Amino acid sequence: MTRYVVNRVALGLVVLVGLAFATFLIIHLVPGDPVRQALGAQASPQQIEEVRDQLGLNDPLPTQFWDYLSNSATGQFGDSFVQSSAVSDLVGDRIAPSALLIAYGLLVALLIGVPLAIVAALKPNSVIDHSARLVATLSFATPLFWLGLVLALVFGLELDIFPVSGYETGIDGILKTLTLPALALGLALTVFVLRILRSSLLEVLQSDYIDAARARGLSEGRIVAKHAMRNAVMPTVTIMAIQVGFLISGAVVLEQVFQIPGVGSLLVESVERRDYEVVQTLVLLAGATVVFVNLAADVLQAAIDPRVRLAGR
Amino acid sequence: MSTSEVAARPLGAAARAGRRARSRPATPVIVGAVIVGLLALAALLAPLITPYDPNKVDFLDTLESPSWSHPMGTDDAGRDIFARSLYGLRLDLAVVLFVTYVPLPIGVLLGSIAGYFGRGVDSVMARTADVMLAFPFFVLVIAIIAITGPGLKGVLIGVPIAGWALYFRLARSEMLVLREQPFMLATTGLGYSRTRSILRHAVPNLWRTALIYSTLDMVVNLLLLASLGYLGLGAQPPDAELGSIIAGGQPYLLSAWWIATLPGLILVAFGVGVGLIGDGLSDGRLRSASA
Repeated sequence: MTRYVVNRVALGLVVLVGLAFATFLIIHLVPGDPVRQALGAQASPQQIEEVRDQLGLNDPLPTQFWDYLSNSATGQFGDSFVQSSAVSDLVGDRIAPSALLIAYGLLVALLIGVPLAIVAALKPNSVIDHSARLVATLSFATPLFWLGLVLALVFGLELDIFPVSGYETGIDGILKTLTLPALALGLALTVFVLRILRSSLLEVLQSDYIDAARARGLSEGRIVAKHAMRNAVMPTVTIMAIQVGFLISGAVVLEQVFQIPGVGSLLVESVERRDYEVVQTLVLLAGATVVFVNLAADVLQAAIDPRVRLAGR
Repeated sequence: MSTSEVAARPLGAAARAGRRARSRPATPVIVGAVIVGLLALAALLAPLITPYDPNKVDFLDTLESPSWSHPMGTDDAGRDIFARSLYGLRLDLAVVLFVTYVPLPIGVLLGSIAGYFGRGVDSVMARTADVMLAFPFFVLVIAIIAITGPGLKGVLIGVPIAGWALYFRLARSEMLVLREQPFMLATTGLGYSRTRSILRHAVPNLWRTALIYSTLDMVVNLLLLASLGYLGLGAQPPDAELGSIIAGGQPYLLSAWWIATLPGLILVAFGVGVGLIGDGLSDGRLRSASA
């Protein structure tokens, strides 16, 4: 177990350093001088030079990367040179709505996907199984922002159940403002839950120990819930962990549709404002989140399933 | 956009299924091909199908609901939405073909090389691909657009930079299996150069998987392109692009629902068509991993 985890963490660290390097490049690949572009044409050469010094852009590249790496590791992301405030403050203010949206979307996907997958696996080729397939094909082809707009039109404007834009805190506020975007995100994610859980359940349900459980006269509900799900659920967790990138991407678009002040809309605003420091930080954080979630899923899987952690022996 | 499932499992059987399907295509593949074919034809022949100029402003005909003369209605500037959608699809498809099929050969070639040589070459390349795939795809493309500035240029550069890693993983995992096959060992025994072994003997056996996968990748890229257009980071006005047409309709969602909703149906139809083809060719294996 320890060896597996150490290996896995080491690999994660290598990827994290790679992520840092890739995002480090952003500010250096901007054609021309990013500082000049950000400050605008009216900035004097002295002003530009001052900001460049302040940002360390005049240091040798390896020094700059080392500073960037060590500062990022300790959560110091410098100051935005477009908006004169710390990047960590700018980002920190916007994380909660995005995190809640993603968590809510995940919940919606599980609430819809798990029961459907169980029914589809218990009755393969039934009407429910076929319609689940159809829904999967449709949702694969549907752009998230368009799905969000259609939901906003139907449930927001026509039926007037939810507001179509804005964000409010508190349980009531979240239910009011995040339900529609979370529904869009969740529906898109349901496909993954449905497909993976259905196929792994189908496989598990054919194994001998399930026959043995049936022979012992256990109820079908108990067999599925206690015996089959235990073995079928892990691939779903792994796929969900991999899909965290999809969730983040989805949140970026849906925050724009529903005017939610999250990190996704901050990213789009920052690209438009040429606020490279903020873009850099957000992209790094997005990548790091994917790495950490996948690491957590792998370690969790190793902790639960001895076959995984002993595989390398 | 995950590939771990695809990457973990060489798709020899799926490739054979594809070959079988070619002799007698399954019904979903035919249906999908008809949908995609019709849409592609409509995009290509847009000037013949619609009499309207997609950018022609007509302030006497603003926000008209769908009718025989304007099948998808008009927008706030009186532009015909159907014409804009067809021209938008045309632009989208051209960009999508580029950003899907430029990284494909690069990824396949690099993946074959990494898989063939193994060791140092492989681990450097594989870790690089890991880094690319760790970024949420959409966010990575936005980051590249941040460098180039909003517009199609960023998309044309950004998607291939982010996209090759997928094909790299597919080709590499197949190469790891292929290189142990007797015929590949024979190329070494016969004293063929490594270039010849890889290009003439290994690549013909592994590009098929990448090609099947690319059908689904096209849909992913189409939706990505439309999303960027919607956010205002992709195609810039006045160019008609499906995502930006939809974005332009958002303020009129209640009064003129057709602007934001109808062009989206074209995206959905195209995606379903390609999905049916890809699903049929791969026996439904790819989608479970990549939808």
